[in-house]
Amino acid sequence: MSAPVNARYAIGIDLGTTHSALSYVDLEASDGEKTAHGVLPIPQLSAPGTVEALPLLPSFLYLPHPDEMAPGELALPWNTDGETAVAGEMARSRGATTPIRLVSSAKSWLSHPSVDRRAAILPSDAPEEVTRVSPLEASTRYLQHLRRAWDSAHPEAPFDEQQVTVTIPASFDPGARELTAEAARNAGYTSATLLEEPQAALYSWIQGSGGAWRKQVKAGDIVLVVDVGGGTSDFSLIAILEREGKLEPHRVAVGDHILLGGDNMDLALAHLVARKLAANGTQLDAWQMRALTYGCRGAKEHLLADADATTWPIVVPSRGSKLIGGSIRTELTREEVTSFITDGFFPRVEASARPAVRTRAGLTQIGLPYAQDAAVTKHLSAFLARQAGATAELEGFEGRVAAEHTFLHPSAVLFNGGVFKSNILAQRVMDTINDWLYMEGAEPARMLEGADLDLAVARGAAYYSYARRGGGVRIRGGTARSYYVGVESSMPAIPGMEPPIQALCVAPFGMEEGTELELPGQEFGLVVGEPVTFRFFGSTTRRQDQIGDVLDFWGPDELQEMNEIQATLPADGRTPGDVVQVTLHALATEAGTLELAAVARDGQRWKVEFDVRSAS
Amino acid sequence: MSTPTQLPSFWSRLSLAFGTFFKTIGDAEFAARVRDDQVGPIAAPAPAPVPTPAAAPAPVPVQLREATPDAALQLLTLLQREARLIDFAHENLSAYADADIGAAARVVHEGCARVLKDHFTIAPVRSEAEGSRVTLEEGFDASSVRLTGNVVGKAPFKGTLSHRGWKATDVRLPQLAKEHDASVLAPAEVEL
Repeated sequence: MSAPVNARYAIGIDLGTTHSALSYVDLEASDGEKTAHGVLPIPQLSAPGTVEALPLLPSFLYLPHPDEMAPGELALPWNTDGETAVAGEMARSRGATTPIRLVSSAKSWLSHPSVDRRAAILPSDAPEEVTRVSPLEASTRYLQHLRRAWDSAHPEAPFDEQQVTVTIPASFDPGARELTAEAARNAGYTSATLLEEPQAALYSWIQGSGGAWRKQVKAGDIVLVVDVGGGTSDFSLIAILEREGKLEPHRVAVGDHILLGGDNMDLALAHLVARKLAANGTQLDAWQMRALTYGCRGAKEHLLADADATTWPIVVPSRGSKLIGGSIRTELTREEVTSFITDGFFPRVEASARPAVRTRAGLTQIGLPYAQDAAVTKHLSAFLARQAGATAELEGFEGRVAAEHTFLHPSAVLFNGGVFKSNILAQRVMDTINDWLYMEGAEPARMLEGADLDLAVARGAAYYSYARRGGGVRIRGGTARSYYVGVESSMPAIPGMEPPIQALCVAPFGMEEGTELELPGQEFGLVVGEPVTFRFFGSTTRRQDQIGDVLDFWGPDELQEMNEIQATLPADGRTPGDVVQVTLHALATEAGTLELAAVARDGQRWKVEFDVRSAS
Repeated sequence: MSTPTQLPSFWSRLSLAFGTFFKTIGDAEFAARVRDDQVGPIAAPAPAPVPTPAAAPAPVPVQLREATPDAALQLLTLLQREARLIDFAHENLSAYADADIGAAARVVHEGCARVLKDHFTIAPVRSEAEGSRVTLEEGFDASSVRLTGNVVGKAPFKGTLSHRGWKATDVRLPQLAKEHDASVLAPAEVEL
């Protein structure tokens, strides 16, 4: 995988849970921090036989019935031979009335650890005759659509020859990162790089400031990025360092994967209003429910933007052609929005608040693992508390973190995601954080102005593609977790107890891209032809562990167990059953993924797979 | 093959037969058509005039453009889909209370505004505030400014701006597939 030499454009792709977008920087017209950039309108079906170029591609895939559409109605500006599924706006609107054929939230499924993400499982509630697709395949389709849109708009600068970045949530584990990279390869992206979304948001802010960002942040600042997208919430901490007289942003921490976003808020409101209507004897069907959700989003946006409005009307149009009389009128009040959204999703809580965790019922349905606590501010307080020592050993930050601080003190906050178009919500988060800071005697944090909430991630990704070619500011930081494999300890076995395990650090925190580390002094015997699985752990807080360190004990919050990883030595050139001594190598790739490899003494290497196919 | 809707009576058939008899004798072209076309001259269409105008490059005095129905149908489709405009226009308002009409009008207004915003860029023709005095210099664009009232004398004209006017500076209608039937403004929906 090498960077394209003749690139004319730096392309950034926001592969979102609910929307995707493509942004670009014209390399020839850009110099230093002055960039010429744009957003590519994406041609997509908005109705059968109707193609519209829209700035966003809804990340939905519709699998139509063979009789559902007249032939020729699925034509796009490029060759669509052999394609039966529809991506984009029409998929979303069709799918609302026929949900059994709609693939949605493929990205959340791609990061769902307990399903086989290469298996055709979506839509999860489709009847048998629908040919399902895998989360990987769905993501591939969106990326492919964006590539073809680019190629049809820019035949003079083929996609393959451009510098391309695809964004992922900062909370994605190595398996989900690897799957995203694989989806990009399957979609024909020859040299795509991955970038964390909160970083992309900061890049976009830096780009948007046109150099003035150096006046808004200073060395020693800690920027908290709060990114609440359509389907996920993502937090990152970025410290501003000064090196050789230049400001250098360092990403020091990322949060957990939280499946909670703006769409959940709209849906929650719609259910609230639907209950209100049901109390008056009006039942809504699935189609009306969708119209209501749409109306609630509009009402929410108005009420959260205008502090003086007390109610906002919502009309659910009739389904039949009798519009008057058949439509249902209702309204959303300020109290409802305040109590449901502002206080429900962004409550003013203490810094010590933690999200509620319910133990899941024994037989959980295989669905998406949505966040159990809807309070974004509680997830935020838990994140800052866990990262209290994130900057302790950072150059220029020594002595700034006092032992009595119960959480890391951010000095600036950057918001991202359409949810924060509402000043009321952004202000609520700011007030809550500043309350926490005040209680510990710290200066209030300030809000970084001028963020572009909808397209920041795509724009930032394009800027990153540009910065990788040496054009602009780069955020440093390396890998955001340290990784461990479980090894059985040499303690004597106690009957009735699982043998205790130790965690062996195989990849330390902050590995810069392009570095490779070898696990010293530890060899594993792998049996040729037989898969060997390891328990696998990650930590977002253990920054000091070096490769080869062995942990006997760790706090329940410190290490998170992930999916098992697996190494298989193919039998080529060796006798099945032989034992080969290998060492483990960790490699932070240029593309932004982590690779573990088993390396034999003769130098032969095999990849350790993060995403093990389930046996079933 | 089309069947004539009104079959001729016996007497008119008789006169037609005589007429055809003489025409066949006198007009070689007509005779050839009777010979080649098994149906005979009953359904004879007027000879195709296609090559004639191309051959004669006579100056065309007035050329009126024929508006293509596709774009109009497309706009109607959008207005129906987003704003339910056709549904609304087909309702009999006298049967409803104003509150019900008002509720439906919200759907129509919101949807129309969305269609206008998404598919057109619309700007006022004149940037001055309505009610202010404006001067039209000689050679002003008569297609974008309409003079009303006491229209006498010659430019420059001074008057009051009663409407700013609207101009579409950009139109972004969706593209259509080749086989797409634009005359279906909203498909019937059947829930299974």
